[in-house]
Amino acid sequence: MAENGTRASAATGTGGDIMFIAAVLVVGAIWSLFTAARAGDPLMGAHAMMFLAATALGAFALVSHLSSGFKSDQSSYEFGVVKAGVFASVFWGIAGFLVGVIIAGQLAFPNLLYFPELPWTSFGRLRPLHTSAVIFAFGGNVLIATSFYVVQRTCRARLWGGLTPWFVFWGYNLFIVIAATGYLMGITQSKEYAEPEWYADLWLTIVWVAYLLVFLGTLMKRKEPHIYVANWFYLAFIVTIAMLHIVNNLAVPVSLTSSKSYSLFAGVQDALTQWWYGHNAVGFFLTAGFLAIMYYFIPKQADRPVYSYRLSIVHFWSLIFIYIWAGPHHLHYTALPEWAQTLGMTFSIMLWMPSWGGMINGLMTLSGAWDKLRTDPVLRMMVVSVAFYGMSTFEGPLMSIRAVNSLSHYTDWTIGHVHSGALGWVGYISFGALYCLVPWLWKRKELYSRVLVEWHFWISTIGILLYITSMWVSGIMQGLMWRAYNEFGFLEFSFVETVEAMHPYYIIRMLGGLLFLIGAFIMAYNLWRTARGDVRESEYARDAGLVAAPAE
Amino acid sequence: MSDKEIDQPTGVETTGHEWDGIKELNNPLPRWWLIILWITVIWSVVYWVLMPSWPGLTGHFEGVRGHTERANVDAAIAALESQRSAEMQQLLSVSSINEVESDPQLLQFAMNAGASLFGDNCATCHGAGGQGFKGYPSLVDDAWLWGGALDDIQKTLHHGIRSTHPETRISAMLAYGETGAFDRGQIDDLVEYVMHISGRSANQEAVVRAAPLYAQQCVSCHGPEGMGDPSQGAPNITDAIWLYGGERADIRETIYSGRAGVMPHWTDRLTDEQITALAVYVHSLGGGE
Repeated sequence: MAENGTRASAATGTGGDIMFIAAVLVVGAIWSLFTAARAGDPLMGAHAMMFLAATALGAFALVSHLSSGFKSDQSSYEFGVVKAGVFASVFWGIAGFLVGVIIAGQLAFPNLLYFPELPWTSFGRLRPLHTSAVIFAFGGNVLIATSFYVVQRTCRARLWGGLTPWFVFWGYNLFIVIAATGYLMGITQSKEYAEPEWYADLWLTIVWVAYLLVFLGTLMKRKEPHIYVANWFYLAFIVTIAMLHIVNNLAVPVSLTSSKSYSLFAGVQDALTQWWYGHNAVGFFLTAGFLAIMYYFIPKQADRPVYSYRLSIVHFWSLIFIYIWAGPHHLHYTALPEWAQTLGMTFSIMLWMPSWGGMINGLMTLSGAWDKLRTDPVLRMMVVSVAFYGMSTFEGPLMSIRAVNSLSHYTDWTIGHVHSGALGWVGYISFGALYCLVPWLWKRKELYSRVLVEWHFWISTIGILLYITSMWVSGIMQGLMWRAYNEFGFLEFSFVETVEAMHPYYIIRMLGGLLFLIGAFIMAYNLWRTARGDVRESEYARDAGLVAAPAE
Repeated sequence: MSDKEIDQPTGVETTGHEWDGIKELNNPLPRWWLIILWITVIWSVVYWVLMPSWPGLTGHFEGVRGHTERANVDAAIAALESQRSAEMQQLLSVSSINEVESDPQLLQFAMNAGASLFGDNCATCHGAGGQGFKGYPSLVDDAWLWGGALDDIQKTLHHGIRSTHPETRISAMLAYGETGAFDRGQIDDLVEYVMHISGRSANQEAVVRAAPLYAQQCVSCHGPEGMGDPSQGAPNITDAIWLYGGERADIRETIYSGRAGVMPHWTDRLTDEQITALAVYVHSLGGGE
């Protein structure tokens, strides 16, 4: 009715979002043209061209969107960007798991999967591709998508900023592409989980500030008197990641047209800054962010109230305050002064209960609904996720104790620990959220198939168990072999003997990863059919038949 | 919306908040949770008092135990060294390395020390069992470029081969093709000659043509019969052991481009007694003379 009359303000609340995005595109295009023309090295040239192409695509999308006169309903929620996030999450998830299986294969069979004439296939380049793909591409897209969904639903307010959420989505994924192609071409600043170079970091900073503004703006215009606990966690995640990202990536580029930069920090200060970042990437990205997912999706799916409001307050603030000090435990028995190691270790110990507060609140939310674990595989996946969370947040403080760390550090135990958190906790809570979101977003009554969720759950669970148990055995064995002395006071084993001893466990680990990947493919298929509106009739007909049977 | 109510299954009151259908129960903090939290806090405070902990403007609190990890490392290394010192001293004081093998106890010690040192220093190139790779000599056969007696091996370890040590073992297979000393035809003939003296079928005309060239250019190192000369590191070229491969293409490459593999000297990294132990170990691998 009013369609013709409101074309002028099409698709935007204030018009400020259009101005902002247009300005970013223009500045980005000028920068990338300049850099492409004068690139100090061919890698920088390639990235400038990619960035230029992205700004061109962005401009095209913006202009065609504006000229279409499309008017979104400002009284409804913005779920389009959440749908895009679901797509991106599944895509990057499978890509990241696949690269993980490949590099697990490279470790198990180094000669078989070694192609010296193809440098981009080397372990050194694929490993950061795997970690960044699963943490930032998969995890990041899940966090952005779910946060955009949850903040709208729990504030009863449309996302703030008109098109800005779309800018956040595409900008973030552009960062992922720049980072990933950079690793393959050999661009890295050699900081674990912060490998992208200075220009990619700057771009992510812009995107992240926009993300923060969208989130804050939506909170500001909420129609609920209180802010839901999930949103505290999302906000803590966004704010802290901004701070960590900026400080750890402070660097001086060789020149404005060079892909290489030098960190502002040197020596042990650099190491401590890096692990302050690295550990809190775990704390605020992989813990706080995914706890936010837990706090929304578990009560929703279980249809039960959150167990304890008071516990959520206390464990939130204690987690936030304590986590940030725990980083030095990554540098036990190094050049880091011992007093800093002491503090890192003690804060990690004190972190145990604040972490478990989230587990208790997640698990106990099922009080009165435990029977649903038997019938609802999605809920079961999320609850198992919380169990893995509890296990790895117990294992973490344990491994931070210096005496334990002297055995576990530099071994596969660390890899097993990380993956019980990554596959079990982060993976499963994300899968659970995706299984919830797709029917909600595409307005389907049910998932295409619950049986496929069962298959996904069991195949992946066996995969995770194979993965972490093989890494425990291999890691502890490795640590014991490294420190074994014979009766004459000489090392019992040479390094290469310890490598040889780990070979069977590396094969088991690869198989575990493969099962996890297969599970993700099953999920992708199921979600795809669900979004299309398909229902696996045979399954639901059978269930309906059971319900219809008269109770004797 | 802000109405508190009693949750049916649990009988617990809600907080009265509701977001998108999600409510919160007003459960207290679990007691065991709070107790463990306080235990970890108290434990941490005690730990701070005992151990080096909080920093100040200058320096940091040392902790009442006076614990320092550096002192611990020094003590651990000293303990290990004292455990080994008697035998190490003996290894250093033997007048000839051959004495080590006649003292069973010392031999056992040297073998243990040598195995450990070999794994960390030598296995990278020579393989975990000393089996060698192309370009990296096998230590388990009885072909020794620079001699396989105990003192030969000891000397090789001390000085290295074409290393940076002033007394390094030196002399190399020259690049006869690259330098233009031999032309293509001469190299082809010499390849046939080498095939012939190593007992394989060869073009006899070429062998005859190459004979004077061999006598003139190669004899000084490889000897008239091709048996080699360990004093110059020249290999025997009549057997089936080839460091760089024994096919025609490999031999041609060797004559054309020369060969000069490097083994570092170990005096900067290992002590004299460690080198003695290592020599005993390598000698025992199978091929010692």
